[in-house]
Order: sequence, then C-alpha cells, then structure tokens
Amino acid sequence: MQDVLVFRRVRAVDPARGLDAEIDVVVEGKLITRAGPRAADDLLGVGVAPDRVRVFEVPGALLLPGLVDLHAHLREPGQEYKEDIASGLAAAAAGGFTDVCAMPNTSPVNDTRAVTELLVHKARAVGGTRLHPIAAITVGQRGDTLTEMADLKEGGAVALSDDGRCVTRSDVMRRALEYASTFDLPIIQHAEDHALTAGAEMHEGAVATRLGLRGWPRVAEDVIVARDVLLAEYVRAKYHVAHVSTMGSVRILREAKSRGISVTAEVTPHHLLLTDQKLIGYDTACKVNPPLRETEDLVALREALADGTIDCIATDHAPHSPLEKDCELSEASPGMIGLELCLPLMLGLVEKGTLPMARVIDALTRAPARVVGLGAPTIAEGAPANLVLVDPNRAWKVEAERLRTKSKNTPFMGQTMKGMVLATIAGGAIAFDVEAKGR
Amino acid sequence: MWTHRHLLGIEDLSADDVDAVLDHADTWFERSRGTERKAALLKGRTIINLFFESSTRTRTSFEAAGKRLGADVVNVSSSGSSVSKGETLLDTAKNLEAMRADALVVRHSSSGAPAFLAGRVSCAIVNAGDGAHEHPTQALLDAFTIRRAKGRLDGLVVAICGDITRSRVARSNAILLGKKGAKVRLTGPRTMLPTAAETLGSSVTVLPRLEAAIEGADVVMMLRIQNERFADGGRGSAVPPMSTTREYARTFGLNAAKLASAKPDAIVMHPGPINRGVELDPYVADGERSVILDQVEAGVAVRMAVLELLLAPRAA
Repeated sequence: MQDVLVFRRVRAVDPARGLDAEIDVVVEGKLITRAGPRAADDLLGVGVAPDRVRVFEVPGALLLPGLVDLHAHLREPGQEYKEDIASGLAAAAAGGFTDVCAMPNTSPVNDTRAVTELLVHKARAVGGTRLHPIAAITVGQRGDTLTEMADLKEGGAVALSDDGRCVTRSDVMRRALEYASTFDLPIIQHAEDHALTAGAEMHEGAVATRLGLRGWPRVAEDVIVARDVLLAEYVRAKYHVAHVSTMGSVRILREAKSRGISVTAEVTPHHLLLTDQKLIGYDTACKVNPPLRETEDLVALREALADGTIDCIATDHAPHSPLEKDCELSEASPGMIGLELCLPLMLGLVEKGTLPMARVIDALTRAPARVVGLGAPTIAEGAPANLVLVDPNRAWKVEAERLRTKSKNTPFMGQTMKGMVLATIAGGAIAFDVEAKGR
Repeated sequence: MWTHRHLLGIEDLSADDVDAVLDHADTWFERSRGTERKAALLKGRTIINLFFESSTRTRTSFEAAGKRLGADVVNVSSSGSSVSKGETLLDTAKNLEAMRADALVVRHSSSGAPAFLAGRVSCAIVNAGDGAHEHPTQALLDAFTIRRAKGRLDGLVVAICGDITRSRVARSNAILLGKKGAKVRLTGPRTMLPTAAETLGSSVTVLPRLEAAIEGADVVMMLRIQNERFADGGRGSAVPPMSTTREYARTFGLNAAKLASAKPDAIVMHPGPINRGVELDPYVADGERSVILDQVEAGVAVRMAVLELLLAPRAA
C-alpha cells in the first residue's frame, strides 16, 4: 500500500506563507511531514519501504494548497439526474478542489438539520473531496422565516444562503445577519432585487436590446449590495456577496472595506472571462444568474480580484441537463458547470499576466476557507495534507466524456484548456489521480 | 443572389437581399390584383404555420401566400396541439419535420426561438415574430409599402413611435431601414425605450417627444400598445410602463394636429391590430394619409416572395 506521497521538484505556491519555490513535499498519513528544498532526497534511506511510496515528479508542475469552492450546486437531494454528491465531488476533485461548499437550493431545500446531516453523511461515505453544506437563511428560501441556524451549524453547515433567491426584505436581512452572527455563521447573499429582474433573460444593455431579450440591469445587484453593506455595518455581522458581477458592486465593496466593514465577496471565472456578447446566437449555455455583463464590468472585476476587494474565486458550478438547456432561451435554466474548468481558466489569466499567481491561488484557497471558517490549506510541515498538483503546460480539450460532472452545460465545450490537474490530495488521501484507470 | 435557407431576421439580410424580396414581391403584388392569383411554383410543397401566439393577420397572410404559390399549408396553433400537453418546442418541430414539411413558419413568444429551431431541423424556418426580437416579414412588407408610396427608401425620414422595448416590429424596421439608407427616429416614453436603442440601426436617433420625432418625417409608423406584454407572460414587471391610456393617447398618440408637423405627403403606418383612440386617432387611421390596409395587402405579396426565395427551385 502506498501511504507515502512524494512530490519532487515541484513549484510550490502557498500565498499563506509567501511561498513560491521549487521544493519537495512529503505526505505521510494525513499530514505533510516534509516541505523544503530536496526534502525528499533521503527519504528512502530512513527506513521507508519503496513499495509504500508514490512519487509524483513532473517537470514544471505546480503544487498548490487544496482549492476551496464556496459556491457549488451538487443537486442532491432532488435533482440527481443533473448531479449527485458522488459525481459532484468527483468533479471537484478532478478540478483540484479538496473542499466544496454546497448551496442549499436542492429539493427539499437544505433548511433543516436533517438535510444538512444527510449531505454530510453521504459525502463522508463517498470520501475524497469534502462537502461543507451551506444551509438556507429562510425556510424554503421563501425570504420570510429564519431557519434553525444553531441546529444547522451543529449539523455541519458552514454558512447560510438563500442562493438563487435574494433575501430582499430589509427586516428579514437585518434579523438574519444578527441571528446568524450569534452562532458565528456568515450570511452569503445572492444580490438580486427580483422586482427589477422579473422575466430577465440576460444583462440589460445594447446586446439585450438587439436580441429582444428582457434585461437584468446591474442596478438590481448594486442596490442589494449597498443596502446589505449598510445593514452589516449597523448590526456588525459577517456578510459575504456571492458571484459579484457588476462594476457598481465593486465600487460599493471597495468603499465598505475601506471603512472596515466585515464584508467579503466572490467572483466566478465566467464573470471574469465572458461578456454578454456571448449571448448573440441565443446560446443557453451562456445563460447564467447573475448574467454575463460587459467589458467594463469584467475589467472592474479583475481589478477588484487583483487588489483584494473581491476576496475569493468561486465556481457557481450549476449543472443542468438538456431538459433545462436544449430549449428556447427564455425557458432555459441559468447556470454553467465550473468545477473542472475553474483552475485552468484562472491559470490562463495568470499566464496572460492579467492576474498575479499568488492572488489567484489565495482567492482559491485561504480566502474562501476563511469566509466559512475552515482551516486554511497550506503547504507546511505538520499541516493537513490538502494539495493539488497541476501541470500548467499540459493542454486538454473540454469534451463531454472527459468531464466527471453529470452535466455538460458549458460554453467552453470543445475548447482547449491549458493546465491539467494531475492529482488532488484531500486529508492525505488521493482524491483524484489523472493516471488512475476509469477516466 | 439569395443564399439563405431560413429567414430568421432582417439582421441576416443584406440590402441586396431586401431588394430581391421587394422585387419578387412586386410581381406577386400585381398578380394578386388580377383574377388568377394562383401559381404552381410550390405545388406539392408543404408549409406549416406553427403559431405559439395568437395572430390573425400574419397567419392568414402566410396561409394565403403559401396557397397562392400552390403549396399545401397546414396551421398549427398552441392551443389544441401537443404543446398544451407539455411537449417541448423542439419535439413539436421535429415531429412536423418528420411529416416532410418544407418550411415551418414560426411565431413564438421567446426571442430566438426560430434561431434555436433553425439549428436543429432541416426544413426552412421562417420567423413570423419571436418575442421582442424580430418580425422580418413585417419589416419587409412595410418597406414594400413605403417603396410603393414614395418610390424609394433611401434618404427618407421614418418615425417609429410607441413601445420600442417590447416591439419586434420596431427592431426589424429599424434594422431594415438603416440598411436601405433611411433615417430612423425612435420615440416613446422613456419606459418604452430600451437601453442603447440608438444601436438598433445604422442611422437611428432616439427622441423623447412624439412631436419632435414626426416633425418633417416622410413616414410615421405607429406601434400598438401591447397591454398583454406589460405583464410579460406573468414573469415580467408588474409595473406597467405607462400611467393611463388616456395620457398615452394625449402624449404619444397620433392625431391630425400632430401629424401636421410631418411632411405634407407623409404616410401613416401601423402593423395592426390598431388600438383606436390610443396610439392612433380614428380619423388618422381612416384618413387619406393612412396606408394601413396597403400594408396588409403587401403582406401577402411579400410573404409569397419570401417563400419563393426560400423554397422554389432556383430560377432567378
């Protein structure tokens, strides 16, 4: 049995320690036991049997702390034809994620401890990448009655969100922030004033005008973020904005952070890479919520991610089957898959010089771990072994058969990604191994 | 040279394509005024009108056009079909295709629905109006009507007045008229003017007042106030984009006094059905400047031309 993992001559990047150097890393059991230049050289000389050792040695490979996704839809229970915990966690592991937070808009909604515990137990049985439930803020995500937050936390919930629905009522949001903070749970808001987006099919702008599609204006996000920031300041609670999509939100967040308000935010790879121009041709794969916006938003989001105004990168992995996507645009459900594409897409922005490597890795590891109170993954002796090994130079084509998620809804289908996850180590165990059979 | 397999929108057509339709329509227009209206050009072909929204004018016009070309025309509407049993749009279209339809004439409330089908079935798709996107045959018949009345399109000033946001007629017309060198003015209350409306055509200006828009215009095109679209099928804004029809009629309705600021020979158009007394005063609707029924007559000829270009063995 191979219970010693050796990563030789890898470029280890760990922003938590300011590390970016070629070192060796050794994992024994659940921990990193060695991390340093040539640290594995004498390993075989100290009584470790060679058949116990798995050596990863790929020229140019990157070793990163395990990625943490704050925002995934794993669809179980209720919509297992799109995704289930096993397929979702397999996709997460294949994408380099060791920890995934699952949004509660399942069927039934995760608004009770029973559902939270079901997710935890099922995920433990699957093993590999760990699932952290995000439970609902309000019962049934209906926006009026608070859930049993203390119970939910004891059951394993790490945060609360009505994702997909916005908590629009100010009184409910105030109480949610206060009550959740009692139990030290962050509130994650899906910022969308639904009254301003009724029937919306895409971003409100010149492209929507041309296509005759109903618009989702930026201001519908901005007004909620602005209000929530003020509420969070007033009641002194932890507030996190999901999938920021507008330059207006960025401005509000920047101002809020400059005043020391406890606010964090995430952005998706697709909002960093794609604009509403992609809707020309009515491609339902590009229908997401919030919608793809314009170049000026994309630029503002990149700047905000680079300077830390936006803390985290999150996938908003939203699997849908052809039932929801092979139809007219107005009928299509919003969302695209992201777990297996996130890291290559983000490394692409690093390679282009758009974003610094350390910030991107921080936004995928330490920053999201902090938001939900997980121990920050790090590459250090004695730390839990949560790692991902990536070959940044290896190209691969996005093909349906290759993806581990059950759903294939992505506008990146058929494109070539640069950067391949070779192995993902979660808690010392190999959660994903590109060389394993059965791909 | 016409190379299109489908007619999805004016956006896909060149100025020459527009001319080709209008020129072919001239022939059918004259012929339709005679006693022998029927040709055998599309004999043996099957055209299916697949209408998911109610329509009298457009559906009848397409049916008459197909029949006058000798085709067999079948009408399918959303009530009384499998659509009401929950069949998807794509399945409905594929079933009709399997019956060896040569063309599907599609009207649907979802913008892009005809484009969606065009990528997935092999028969010709004709867009008979999709959501707030395009209504290409309406713009073609409007252009035909203007050309007959004015002898040209180039250089004309055309005011399009009303709910631009929810109007596929406005979009198709703005694009077509821009391609043909006309100057387009769009007007309506700001609640009915979409973001970046000026980008809809190559020479579009947006004016906030009806009076300013029609001043010196050659053509005044009034749009129907579509109360049924304010709710957007139950999914849209519950707040209507106007206060009362009375105030709308007063501020953005066309009457003889306002029309006096247009060119003396300006024509008045409306895609129908008219809300008399709302966007159009009955005296103007029935007055000598109105070409509203000419538009309807042109509709059959233009749709014959479209079906001919899409389905007939290439002769021209």
